[in-house]
Amino acid sequence: MTLVTALRKDALLQWRTRARFLAVLAFGAVTLLLFSFAAGPDAASLRRHAPGFLWLALMLSSTLALAETFQAELEQRAIEGLLLLPASPRALFYGKAVANAAQLALLGLALVPLAVVLYDAPVPRPAALAGVIVLGAAGLSAPGTLYAAMSSQARARQALLPLLLFPLVVPVLLSAVKATALLTTGDPMGQLRSWLMLLASFDAVYWSLCGLFFGRVVEE
Amino acid sequence: MSAGPGAGVPSAPAVEADGLGRRYGRRWALVDVALRVPRGAVVMVAGRNGSGKSTLLRVLATAIAPTRGRARVAGFDVTAERDEVRGRSALLAHASYTYEALSALENLAITARFLGRPHGREALRALLGEVGLAERGDDAVETFSAGMRKRLALARVRLQQAEVVLLDEPYGQLDPPGFRLVDRLLGALREQGRTVLMATHLLERGADLCDLGVVLEGGRVAWTGPAADLPGEGVAASGLAEGAAS
Repeated sequence: MTLVTALRKDALLQWRTRARFLAVLAFGAVTLLLFSFAAGPDAASLRRHAPGFLWLALMLSSTLALAETFQAELEQRAIEGLLLLPASPRALFYGKAVANAAQLALLGLALVPLAVVLYDAPVPRPAALAGVIVLGAAGLSAPGTLYAAMSSQARARQALLPLLLFPLVVPVLLSAVKATALLTTGDPMGQLRSWLMLLASFDAVYWSLCGLFFGRVVEE
Repeated sequence: MSAGPGAGVPSAPAVEADGLGRRYGRRWALVDVALRVPRGAVVMVAGRNGSGKSTLLRVLATAIAPTRGRARVAGFDVTAERDEVRGRSALLAHASYTYEALSALENLAITARFLGRPHGREALRALLGEVGLAERGDDAVETFSAGMRKRLALARVRLQQAEVVLLDEPYGQLDPPGFRLVDRLLGALREQGRTVLMATHLLERGADLCDLGVVLEGGRVAWTGPAADLPGEGVAASGLAEGAAS
């Protein structure tokens, strides 16, 4: 029940601040565009790198989105107010992490058409690609929510969040890129299932551990 | 979660502290504080800026942990039984504990849901009416003045119906009608038998509604006594503590 309440709260907050989502989406789109310039005009090279570019754009955009979602908790110390009610830190974490995962998945799905246009990347199995994006977004969201909370009170928080987050999400990034590449360029060796299992395993580990540590981060 | 005046450990004092200390870096904000507040008492906590009033209330509310010593609220230890304390206390802090992007009604509804209380719009609007915000219930908190945020925070405290109420500068940022609103809130809490600790500089305000006074000086309890013995003007900065302690 508390989890549902926390999720409703974060969903409402994200809806009320949806203009920020559009700004993050624009940032992701510009990143994809810059990658296409950097890769040059070779169409085959662009197609080959499209999965990596898509996930890098999503990961870079995620730091902006995640940092913003935790700022709302600090403006009037709202999260302290909830903890003093008392609300369970774990419920607050999972509510926010689920809302962030949904936001990142939406962002990833919105970037796919742009990647298709810019990189001429084929999407033969859109539903499967959507599944990979959801799993990848979940893998970014859990540690991202935890580290956004950790870095939110630091003076150099804008730099600190990516510094903390990027090394931790490398396994998620690798498996998401590989799974996306197998979906777009073909999977003759039948490796997709293994990469998806790896991605789901990292998701499970991150969601379990980050939920445990969140209380220590937000409580003094 | 709901805690009426009779909840908690019935025989214990509402607030009890012994050797309580809190350090920020190298500086001690609270030093060896000893307090005993009977149930149902309304206590004024006075002192200069930086004397430790807010820190004391935040430790008692479990917003921060004590560095040393112990404190019990409603019979529960603030360190070992934090959730029990939280379920029985409410803190009016300097921050309003609200989400700026959400409306006043939405903020109260979130609090009510976490407390497991009814959160119908009309009931919450009536609560906002009590603090003079009925007309602004659908407006985002980011459009509110500091005084309006304080009123919303007071409504939040009312919603909690806590056994022990900790008010940090409740008159701050308020206009004269707001002062009267706090006086009414204090009166209502007293009638309901709830225990109140109120930190304030404005000793002339609310003093007649308080039973006891505590003066903090440099983080230490420098004076305690009946609230009626607290002078009315500028006492926190006047050296009352030295005079009373000597």
